[in-house]
Amino acid sequence: MAAGDTERMAEGASAKPVSTGAPSPATGEAHITIRGLSKAFGEAAIYDGFDLDIPRGRFVSVFGPNGCGKSTLINLVAGLLEPDAGTIRFGGKRLRDTNFGYVFQNYREALFPWMRSIDNIRYPLKFRNIPRSERSERVERLVDRLGVTLDLAKYPYQLSGGQQQLVSIMRSLVIEPEVLFLDEPFSALDYEMTLFMRDQLQALFMDTRTTMVFVSHDLEEAVYLADDVMLLSRGPAEIADYVTVGIPRPRTAATISQGEFVSVKAHCLDVFQRTVRDA
Amino acid sequence: MDRFGPFTPLIGVVGLLVIWQFAFWVEVVDRVLLPSPGAMFAAVWHGMTGGQLLIDFFRTIERTSLSILYAGIIGIPLGIALGSSVPVYRSVEFVVDFFRSTPASAVFPLFLAISGPGDATKIQVATFGASLVILFNVAYGVMNARKTRLQAAQVMGASRLRVLTDVMLFESLPQTFVGLRNGVSLALIIVIVAEMFIGSIDGLGHNVLDNQMLFEMPRMYAAIFVAGALGYGFNLLFLLIERRYVHWSGR
Ligand SMILES: Nc1ncnc2c1ncn2[C@@H]1O[C@H](COP(=O)(O)OP(=O)(O)OP(=O)(O)O)[C@@H](O)[C@H]1O
Ligand SMILES: [Mg+2]
Repeated sequence: MAAGDTERMAEGASAKPVSTGAPSPATGEAHITIRGLSKAFGEAAIYDGFDLDIPRGRFVSVFGPNGCGKSTLINLVAGLLEPDAGTIRFGGKRLRDTNFGYVFQNYREALFPWMRSIDNIRYPLKFRNIPRSERSERVERLVDRLGVTLDLAKYPYQLSGGQQQLVSIMRSLVIEPEVLFLDEPFSALDYEMTLFMRDQLQALFMDTRTTMVFVSHDLEEAVYLADDVMLLSRGPAEIADYVTVGIPRPRTAATISQGEFVSVKAHCLDVFQRTVRDA
Repeated sequence: MDRFGPFTPLIGVVGLLVIWQFAFWVEVVDRVLLPSPGAMFAAVWHGMTGGQLLIDFFRTIERTSLSILYAGIIGIPLGIALGSSVPVYRSVEFVVDFFRSTPASAVFPLFLAISGPGDATKIQVATFGASLVILFNVAYGVMNARKTRLQAAQVMGASRLRVLTDVMLFESLPQTFVGLRNGVSLALIIVIVAEMFIGSIDGLGHNVLDNQMLFEMPRMYAAIFVAGALGYGFNLLFLLIERRYVHWSGR
């Protein structure tokens, strides 16, 4: 991959992808800087000299075909996978000096069923220098802020899927992360719950302006939540397009039928179909 | 299912007793070989209220409990250690499987030669058999720990050791209990066989064989019945502990 070809941006919803010199998105200072990232599983190169800047305080949705490497990207950035080559920096810091949260797709296998929900949420605080008394306060504050009415004394398996994912999100938030990774967090929920959770997440983002990297299989959801939509192509993954969504927040059900939303989504779909067909 | 309410499980019991009593009446086999259920229960009552049967019962409990205790102390940590590294487990898998498949009775003479005909030998052989069963199950429980859970702990900042103690250990608990239940059944079998043949003076195995040789059939049946009840009781005990402390199992 040529260095100048690594990042493309769209000026607007209908603009064609344009190659730019530097891999920096339209706005703001970079929070996560990825340079020359390479990762292969056996023969298959998933990333090969991949560059990306994720801007601070923005909501970035990652969208792409199955198996293109969306989860791999998050796992590399979150330190669950070792890159073969390349660097990943968080505003100049390394991962271990960064407070980040990770929400898994499969909440059933991500929560600890032997702990009550409240203890699940409190668990990551054990690894930070936070006095015991403050730990409970933190959880309480979080509960208040989210307006959660769940009975947190219950075990995860006593909750519905949406409630479990909510607990899982709370667990990632309790450390007050500067970056939050979400890998298809709502894909196992039913439609009603998904709509509710989307709005919870949007409210949370508006409230905290935490940098969010959100992988989704649902283009509507990806666009609805995003400041930027990153469209990935396959083998090895490249940024097919980087689309800025300028629709003001809070976005609502009405947003989905608005002209701008519809045209951004149509553009993304068009890029997606072209890259998938090419691959 | 619920047609007979809470008494459903008793139907089989009553049925068995009726058939037995009937077989006794029509003398399917010699009455000396097959006494009536009443005669057996009388022998149970007599033996368990201060008779030799009660002493033998406690001796067998003692040996089996010690065996399962030692087997757990050996099998659980070894299982965790071996299971937390798949390559390590693969390298010893054949050996574990081989000994697990070896009838424990076949190694009695070996242990006899080493430790003599005392109590220690019985407990050693039972511990040997049960610890392999436990080790095998614990290792599988650890190896099959849900990867997402381990990753979740890791991204939250848990060290390798904390991942082991906070996640792996709990993840393997349901399978550990499968190992403990199988292990205690095996330990009881081995202990009873050992009590029959290896220079014993007490224990349920000794009681069964002794009464058989004396042709005290009701007493022999009573000892068999108590041995069965003991096996059932051990299994039930572990099930109850599991339900209490591994409440998430299967959910
Ligand atoms: N641990 C692994 N070992 C071998 N191959 C892997 C591993 N993890 C992922 N892969 C492969 O790498 C590719 C990218 O996987 P990844 O999970 O990142 O895709 P994804 O974009 O998240 O897909 P999906 O949309 O299905 O979630 C896939 O082809 C997958 O088979
Ligand atoms: Mg994925």
